[in-house]
Amino acid sequence: MTNAMELYQMLPKTNCKKCGKTSCMAFAVALMARELKPEDCPPLMDEPKYKENYEKLSSIFKPSEGATETGLIVHEDLCFGCGNCVVACPPNVANDPYGVGSGNAPTNINKLVLTIEDGIVKAQNLGECRRFGKNKILCNGCIVTCPVEAIEFV
Amino acid sequence: MEKNYHVCTGCSLLCDDIEVEAEKNKINKVHTACRIGVAHMKAGKEEAIFRVDNKPVDEATAISEAAAILKNAKNPMIFGLGASTNEAQKTAIELAKKINATLDDTSSFCLGSLVEALISEKIKTCTLDDVRNKADVIIFWGTDPSDSHPRHLSKYSYFPRGSEKQRGWEEERTAIAIDVRKSHTAKICGNYFFQIPPKGDAEFTDALIAGLSGKLPKTSYNYPPKKILELANILKGAKFGVIFVGRGLIYSLENLEPLFRLMKALNEKANFHLMPMVGNYNTMGFNENLFAETGYVNSVKFENGTVLHGPDYSIVEALKERTVDAALIVGSDPFSILPRSIVKNLLEIPVISIDPYETLTSRNSKVYINTAISGVEAGGSATRMDGKKVSFEPAIETNHPSDETILKKIMEAL
Ligand code: SF4
Ligand code: SF4
Ligand code: SF4
Ligand code: SF4
Repeated sequence: MTNAMELYQMLPKTNCKKCGKTSCMAFAVALMARELKPEDCPPLMDEPKYKENYEKLSSIFKPSEGATETGLIVHEDLCFGCGNCVVACPPNVANDPYGVGSGNAPTNINKLVLTIEDGIVKAQNLGECRRFGKNKILCNGCIVTCPVEAIEFV
Repeated sequence: MEKNYHVCTGCSLLCDDIEVEAEKNKINKVHTACRIGVAHMKAGKEEAIFRVDNKPVDEATAISEAAAILKNAKNPMIFGLGASTNEAQKTAIELAKKINATLDDTSSFCLGSLVEALISEKIKTCTLDDVRNKADVIIFWGTDPSDSHPRHLSKYSYFPRGSEKQRGWEEERTAIAIDVRKSHTAKICGNYFFQIPPKGDAEFTDALIAGLSGKLPKTSYNYPPKKILELANILKGAKFGVIFVGRGLIYSLENLEPLFRLMKALNEKANFHLMPMVGNYNTMGFNENLFAETGYVNSVKFENGTVLHGPDYSIVEALKERTVDAALIVGSDPFSILPRSIVKNLLEIPVISIDPYETLTSRNSKVYINTAISGVEAGGSATRMDGKKVSFEPAIETNHPSDETILKKIMEAL
């Protein structure tokens, strides 16, 4: 996972504000949160000298094969459906404390980020994932609890 | 809407919160079960299968052939039943009495001795629900539930919230793995993984006991005393501790004494429980049912109303010494779980295999009867690894007979 500082290094660093942000650093933060796209920086798009950086940036934010909006990828060949990630995921616990939060079957399926279907974890409702949106944090609940590294963020 | 949950009989956790999407007699989708459970629940065959000498026959022929084999045998053996319902197990015990059979299950070479100690209340145990609600120190010793009982940690032992554990696993629970290799479970335990050499368990136990009373813990393999003392301190502080004991630990001990000593020492300082990690979904039931009938959990022989017991009547000894002359094997695959040198003797006697799965044993049997998968195609009851009774209804309807039905028919045909 890249951080905002690395993204900043690839921006024009002129603080021209054409993107609507107050500075290139603020733009980098917005990129991280996936609120803005590299295309939202006009100089980056228009000036040939930034071409290489633009390509690098857009490849970082190109939705990877099978990746979700938060960058979550499930390696289905590795996952064996133990449910550790489902039960440990903080929004899952908050939204369904007596279902998945207590180790049981889900009872609030429309608010759960992770569930198990046919023995493999399934990610949905990514708006609930702590890595999503403005107040995102680098939650790793589903990563540290997985015995086989079947969940990855790109 | 009241949800219709099913029970998975894929392992001895008997998860009772499984939803299935089924169409006529086929399971299409399974929710919440782990991969082992899904494979198990979807394993059903289209048609019932009956075979004699590996040729398809009808049910009546297979039953009468099975009955003939048992009738002609002087010393038949019945083996398996860990993956059968309580009802089927009780029928098998009746059958064994009727034909003076030797009766044994896999626990004779797995965790039987420990289960017997629990059933006779020599060790303090608890339920999985207690573990979920209260356990603060959890030890996995010689067992890797992440592989064998995949939902163990998520449903009960580590990750779930419980009535007295509301703040979550990071804050309120410590999971510890003691094993000879870094298993998947050990990986999750992180810094609380204690790797010991093979056969090092008894010494480690005594070192731990020394550590508990503040003495210097010594081992011949020079395990860092500091680490053992650290572990002892965690255990001492447990308000509700539990040790899940696997085959790895039992195989490495000559007898259970070190475990008894450790439990005694732990309960002088803290509050500790023990639970064997039995594998098959109803091994616990078999041990309980046989104990209720005979006072033993495995390795018995019925003889005109009396019961003999001892290692001679375990499958390993019976096959090694060639004391049995026919075998009825229910829901078990000795050909893949016993050493070749022992199991090859099974090839010399007629074998009847009753199993929902085709196995090496079913292929080497004179008679094979394919039966229903419990909880999917047939109902009944079973005993979870912690002794809790769980009953289940079939999720779909098929024409597969249950093993209970088949055993009853064989008994009638005798
Ligand atoms: S438009 Fe581009 S160069 Fe200008 S401030 Fe925004 S990010 Fe920086
Ligand atoms: S990153 Fe956190 S919130 Fe998102 S799915 Fe994983 S555990 Fe849940
Ligand atoms: S992703 Fe990992 S933790 Fe989650 S169910 Fe699959 S194997 Fe278990
Ligand atoms: S843990 Fe065992 S009982 Fe539970 S779903 Fe998996 S195989 Fe079935």
